[in-house]
Amino acid sequence: MKSRAHRFKENAAAALANPVLQASMRKAKGKFVDKRAIAIREIDDFEATREAAKQIRNRVIENLDLWLEKFEETATARGATVLWAKDGAEICRHVVDVAKRHGVKKAVKSKSMLSEEAGLNLALTAAGIQPVETDLGEYILQINDNEPPSHIIAPVVHKSLDEVADLFAKTHHTPRKTDIPALTREAREVLREHFLTAEMGISGGNFLIAETGSVALVTNEGNGRMVTTLPKVHVVITGIEKVIPTLEDLATLMRLLPRSATGQSISNYVSVLTGVKRPDEPDGPEHLYFILVDNGRAEVVGSEFQDMLRCIRCGACMNHCPVYQTIGGQAYGWVYPGPMGSVLTPLYTGLENAIDLPHAGTLCNQCGVVCPVKIPLPELLRKLREKQVERHLRPWFERLAFRLWAWVASRPGLYGLGARFAARYLTWLADGKGSIPALGLAPEWTKGRDFPAPEGKTFRELYAEKKQ
Amino acid sequence: MRPRIGFAAIELLEAAGCEVIVPASQTCCGQPAWNSGDRAAAAQLAKKVIVEFEGFEYVVAPSGSCADHIKNEYPVILADEPEWCSRAVALGRRVYELTDFLVNVAKLDRVPGSFAGRVTYHDSCTGLRSLGIKAQPRALLARLPGVELQEMSGAEECCGFGGTFSVKFGELSAAIAERKCANACATGAAAIVGGDLGCLLNIEGKLRRMGDHETQVLHIAEVLTAKP
Repeated sequence: MKSRAHRFKENAAAALANPVLQASMRKAKGKFVDKRAIAIREIDDFEATREAAKQIRNRVIENLDLWLEKFEETATARGATVLWAKDGAEICRHVVDVAKRHGVKKAVKSKSMLSEEAGLNLALTAAGIQPVETDLGEYILQINDNEPPSHIIAPVVHKSLDEVADLFAKTHHTPRKTDIPALTREAREVLREHFLTAEMGISGGNFLIAETGSVALVTNEGNGRMVTTLPKVHVVITGIEKVIPTLEDLATLMRLLPRSATGQSISNYVSVLTGVKRPDEPDGPEHLYFILVDNGRAEVVGSEFQDMLRCIRCGACMNHCPVYQTIGGQAYGWVYPGPMGSVLTPLYTGLENAIDLPHAGTLCNQCGVVCPVKIPLPELLRKLREKQVERHLRPWFERLAFRLWAWVASRPGLYGLGARFAARYLTWLADGKGSIPALGLAPEWTKGRDFPAPEGKTFRELYAEKKQ
Repeated sequence: MRPRIGFAAIELLEAAGCEVIVPASQTCCGQPAWNSGDRAAAAQLAKKVIVEFEGFEYVVAPSGSCADHIKNEYPVILADEPEWCSRAVALGRRVYELTDFLVNVAKLDRVPGSFAGRVTYHDSCTGLRSLGIKAQPRALLARLPGVELQEMSGAEECCGFGGTFSVKFGELSAAIAERKCANACATGAAAIVGGDLGCLLNIEGKLRRMGDHETQVLHIAEVLTAKP
């Protein structure tokens, strides 16, 4: 996907000005946050489980190459083909090659963020292969002129029922309806035909299990099962960091993933798929491909951002982020929104291409405390800011302002004088009123709020007077 | 900005039996530099603070985020300079946020103020999530018989201040503050109380812009020392 992350500020302003999005985001916030809070209480020792999950993920990432080799070996032994992709373009090449090899005209897809990274739908269409998204949210986006998702697990969280009703009526040429069960029935009817006629199924993978060569899929709609069992070819696309050692590790991670994501004790469907269809099996794909993708990940291994690779894509960080809650996900400009996206986008697409994202958080650490694998997201955002400074990517006036401020703050007399001047100036601006509606020196502050008037003299002055 | 807060903090500490000294040469703990990625400036100010404060028995700040920065971030900032780092760690052990110090160290039993009315308490992010400041301010408020604490929904949610975030993304920051203000006002509180000036400026600025000139926005130290 082409990144628009460099336009974060404009994107955010547009999101703030969009009343439908604002209403949808307000509704979503309560749902995600409250349901998770209830669900995690079911686990006796949630904190210890988080720690265990963190250790599982660290164990893999510290020896990622070995675990990937192990996975390749076990998956191949079960009849799968493992392909490696350096970047998005290589993902597309692999999928198109596989499709051509098996005479594929139509591919049904269950949710895959990697295919978003690659812009796979466009590549398939260009190669004459019809991609059909079958996750309801992704389907809605696809029929809305390939709109980008706004959440990693709830891609249309920013949309209203009315918008979907309009879209369905226009696309399906059916009478407009706003009854949700009727709308989902309509989608199922449309999609059923595609499930039965597609020659290829494309899915993501929540986890790759090294000991068995399996992929674990966590879904709620059941489309994942159709995609991975009906067509004769199944292609799994995942990041290389998704591998875990054992099925027992999967059990631990599954205690956290659905609860953190949607507040469910367990998702409606959890599939562990291993190998191609065997002669005694009634269904399953005849051909199974794993495309394991780097696209920036390998460089993060061993770096100071390695903690980020633990991410299990639950979305809890964005659900709890005050910024995400206010603007939704599309404003972040690339595949991954919210705090995890603000770390991943600069890492995977280049620090200089997402200059605002590391700053697009208040460092409130709500994300850090809900993360099921204990990724210190605010710390990673801060480190990215440090990298920006090191690489001279911040605007010169900002650098100058900080230098000047640090210089003054190292000189108490001057600092005191500056504070006095500022207090007098602000008091003059306030003109006897309690607050200042427009600040020339900090116009951003007064865009949406006043600046409270200071009391007059500074603490330093009054304290000195008192002591005399 | 609000010297009253500093004097209120001194009054509370003295009421708890402490001798209070405010070193005249202190300026800023350097948090804005650190959070903006300027390690050099952050280290420079950290060393200055360490030198100024390491001679004291306790260091108390009427701000969770400043206290946390000195206590938990200085050792990270100075990690590459072992001698400074160990001085930072030693200082950090003696650094407290005001309400935490009053409740858990000084064991203040009677608060000097006599504030009366319904209040709601905003939990500032860093104090809450890094220092565990939650029960302490409430315990102190409970010692004022005239105070009725009405919790707002989302008390632990960020107000949208975020330091430099508030001036980098003004509209966004203010939009988050609007949610906080709405939640706070829904309690019918006469005052929104908090423990960090950044949040308080943000909340007050938003309230005033929303046309609310009645609701007071106060630091916990002001409430605990308020005279009739």
